[in-house]
Amino acid sequence: MGKTLLDKVWDAHTVRRLPTGQDQLFIGLHLVHEVTSPQAFGMLRDEGLQIKYPDRTFATVDHIIPTDNTKRPFSDQMAEAMFLEIENNVQESGIPFFNEESGLQGIVHVIGPELGLTQPGMTIACGDSHTSTHGAFGAVAFGIGTSQVRDILATQCMALSRPKVRRIEVNGRLGKGVFAKDVILHIIGTLGVHGGVGLAYEYAGDIFDNFSMEERMTVCNMSIEGGARVGYVNPDKTAFDYLKDRRFCPTGSNYQEAVHWWKSMASDSNADYADVVIIDGASIEPMVTWGINPGQVIGINDTIPDPTQAHAGDRDSITEALEFMDFDAGAPIAGTPIDVAFIGSCTNSRISDLREAADIVKGNRVAKNVSAIVVPGSQQVLNQAETEGLHEIFQESGFEWRRAGCSMCLAMNPDKLVGNQICASSSNRNFKGRQGSPTGRTLLMSPSMVAAAALSGSVVDVRTV
Amino acid sequence: MKNKSIKQVTGTAVPVQGNDIDTDRIIPARHLRSITFEGLGQYAFEDDRKQADGKHPFDEPQYSDASILLVNRNFGSGSSREHAPQALMRWGINAIIGESFGEIFFGNSTTIGIPCLTVKEQEAQFLQESIRSDSSQSINIDLDKQLINLGLHTIEFQLIESVRQSFLSGEWDSLGQLLEASQDTQKVYEGLPYIAGFTHLFKEHSTD
Repeated sequence: MGKTLLDKVWDAHTVRRLPTGQDQLFIGLHLVHEVTSPQAFGMLRDEGLQIKYPDRTFATVDHIIPTDNTKRPFSDQMAEAMFLEIENNVQESGIPFFNEESGLQGIVHVIGPELGLTQPGMTIACGDSHTSTHGAFGAVAFGIGTSQVRDILATQCMALSRPKVRRIEVNGRLGKGVFAKDVILHIIGTLGVHGGVGLAYEYAGDIFDNFSMEERMTVCNMSIEGGARVGYVNPDKTAFDYLKDRRFCPTGSNYQEAVHWWKSMASDSNADYADVVIIDGASIEPMVTWGINPGQVIGINDTIPDPTQAHAGDRDSITEALEFMDFDAGAPIAGTPIDVAFIGSCTNSRISDLREAADIVKGNRVAKNVSAIVVPGSQQVLNQAETEGLHEIFQESGFEWRRAGCSMCLAMNPDKLVGNQICASSSNRNFKGRQGSPTGRTLLMSPSMVAAAALSGSVVDVRTV
Repeated sequence: MKNKSIKQVTGTAVPVQGNDIDTDRIIPARHLRSITFEGLGQYAFEDDRKQADGKHPFDEPQYSDASILLVNRNFGSGSSREHAPQALMRWGINAIIGESFGEIFFGNSTTIGIPCLTVKEQEAQFLQESIRSDSSQSINIDLDKQLINLGLHTIEFQLIESVRQSFLSGEWDSLGQLLEASQDTQKVYEGLPYIAGFTHLFKEHSTD
């Protein structure tokens, strides 16, 4: 029996078996941001410990950075304090820091791949659950808590149990107007928000073979929303070509050797899986969430579920979601009026996302009563978009064009919903209160669908605009 | 750097009903704007409590001394914020019993000494109902025998064996163990082709 990529990467990074039965796993790349790291640096100071391998950790700022006015000191004193803290921590420890002055700042899961830090065969960790994004390159990437950030700073290792692997094959072709975001929302809708607990998801099939790296990142990003801490795509020429000539990618003969090693890390054709799920790509519609978790999702032409007709185990959850959203069972999701449109987040803020949304927006106007913003995932994405003139397309149609950051995905910064506003959002979570207002409501969808909703003022099938 | 071993957790309990209660609900993101975990306890479930208008279990006086949290399916899904179990711990929670847990939340809880124990759906509901009918009852969790005791009832729980062992031995905070293997860690560090710069890999191949 062959091995999966997860097994190969795990074996290559295992330091030893711990007395508890867990593995001590070496982490090849550690990414740090301002929110989940200050306590970890503090714990190290308290214990009198040093950073073991500062060459394996890289830092940026994304969660709390304002996207309108980034002039220091920030008006939010707590945000300013957190910035001072990470600046102090990276300076003391010698960790490379991609701040605004570097021109390379951005959402940690956008800049890692963009800089070529993220590479196949690596173990990657970051104090953020969407670290699974980096699995798009055939890395094994974990979201971790602050104590584990501390563990990695002090030892470059984590104590973990090896997950089993579920292979998810999506075959055939996607219809027009159906994107990577719809694929992952469909997968989560099918397998459930806790279907992947204890598993790593290996995404495969025609659809993934043909996907660009940015599309693969969108899918891997939301693995955790399906319960899977790790999600990955086997590395191939698409990944190798993407990485070539990026800042931290090996060059010359080293690149050739790297490709050789990267290829060897892909799952064997006779690898052993916990199970295999097969999905027909042609059956996937543009998807929209109607509830309070990403598994509460339907096709654009479907109706909102009726708890009386659902499985007994799901009734309470559906009722709770309908109450919070103030939606009627059996109503169509299309036509639901929106107040805010948000294009951004580590799921969908890359250049291809912005191009697709701009394509819909071009020459049209954002509906009255809708406030619409576009937040590029990084300074490099922002610069590229401005070179292509995308910012003008968005601005002329009534979108605000912002600076790079996490923005309204989790609203730890000034970008927030107000009251019970409904937001068409290209982000990853529709949890209660997620976008900054305890009663705010989020409808997750692809960037193109957000663009279409912004124009029409309500949820609409992007294929009809 | 060993911690205290955790063999038993005993105390009164608080039921928080609902599936898929995510970490944004356990601790809203605005409270992550801080450089410490201090003071998080008072903000546990803040938005849910506000909306329940005093009727959330975390506000009901009969549960104010509870140390065991009773939940349902997929508790702690979503964000990796350790602030979630930190807030629960600072509110007074020492153990959590439920049908299933978000994986990162489970790990974060373990590493700060909060066992998350898995029981069957009906058992989770039974425990919640029992405590709702009489909140003065004490629950005893025996990590050694792998049992939950409530009055005359005994329920077997599931817990990943390596994690259960780590509570019993006092090695649930893994840092001490990880620090011990610094030489083996250095070997892995030096042997990884992407750290060595791939050139040694080239040499290995050329001598094949």
